[in-house]
Amino acid sequence: MPLNELIKRTKRILEEIGMNKNLQTLTRGFLKENPVFVLLLGLCPTLGVTTSAINGLGMGLATTFVLVMANLVVSLIKNFIPDKVRIPSFIVIIASFVTIVELVMQGYAPALFEQLGLFIPLIVVNCIVLGRAEAFASKNTIGASLLDGLGMGLGFAFALTILGAVREFLGSGAIFSIKIIPGDLMLVFVLAPGAFIALAYLIAISKKINKTK
Amino acid sequence: MEYIIIIISAIFVNNIVLAQFLGICPFVGVSNKISTSLGMGGAVLFVMTLATIVTWLIQTYILSAFGIQFLQTIAFILVIAALVQMVEIILKKVSPGLYQALGVFLPLITTNCAVLGVAILTIQKDYNLMEGVVFAIANAGGFALAMWIFAGIREHLELMEVPPIMRGVPIALVVAGILALAFMGFTGIV
Repeated sequence: MPLNELIKRTKRILEEIGMNKNLQTLTRGFLKENPVFVLLLGLCPTLGVTTSAINGLGMGLATTFVLVMANLVVSLIKNFIPDKVRIPSFIVIIASFVTIVELVMQGYAPALFEQLGLFIPLIVVNCIVLGRAEAFASKNTIGASLLDGLGMGLGFAFALTILGAVREFLGSGAIFSIKIIPGDLMLVFVLAPGAFIALAYLIAISKKINKTK
Repeated sequence: MEYIIIIISAIFVNNIVLAQFLGICPFVGVSNKISTSLGMGGAVLFVMTLATIVTWLIQTYILSAFGIQFLQTIAFILVIAALVQMVEIILKKVSPGLYQALGVFLPLITTNCAVLGVAILTIQKDYNLMEGVVFAIANAGGFALAMWIFAGIREHLELMEVPPIMRGVPIALVVAGILALAFMGFTGIV
């Protein structure tokens, strides 16, 4: 099957690139440990904001910023935080960066802020951010934590952009607001039910890709 | 009448899970059995109502009073995290039976975005305390309803022959999509 052949070849190239350990930390968020398609974390914003590719990308980048900064600060002060209060401390760190994102976005991208709405403050409770702080940044060096945050964040942004593009295309025949097919297609994909169904098929496809060896 | 509109809108028209996409993680994660899904629904009802009351008071008497609304996100998440811990400890002492039923779900609720989401929505919609409480209870009801229906379908789904690639989460999400489609039928009744 030509599709399988193509996947195999791409994976081989990726594996060759991935020999470098730092690069591996950076790239594993995309396919092998993609937070959305494989780990199934952060599904609420994934489904909620991906009505268009640009919304997905905006949300993804906002989350990436919070992830990188939270990972950085957590790994910086990991030796000073008593073990018992580490989760609340992580939450305060994360919430502070979310507030920064909120204020900056409100000031410089008010239209996007309006579109993403409630889901910006809800980055606080996105399991990916707390998960990486607890599972990775609190045990690793600053450099590795930065790369891990960047990799996971970009993987998340990648997934959201793909899902947003698929929904936007199926719903209105456009990608990034550029019309490809005139007229509306299946409007349901921009609405709530389409979010669930599109994500279901994307997860199935990524399962298929990860299985092909 | 106002309360009835809030209730119907929160449960059916803008269902918190199927239309607003809040609380998807527990919705997909702990909806394998009807009994666990109802336990989760009960725990959410309890925490969501309490959290909405406490965050409303904090917003009105501390954040707005001193003009520091930008601290909302930090203040709310801390309050909710502390509240969940407190509820867990009190429940363990006062009512072991209830703790047995809800206990395992309580830690999960801190990172349930539905709780923080409803607390923020209550402020955004400018509800007073009573409306906020009704709103929280109705949303928790909507959450429990969606969980209950979904768990019921998933119990049957286990006996079906699903293509291997769609097994597990993908088929569950397709079911959720169809459910959301059904709930869209309520659009426009309020």
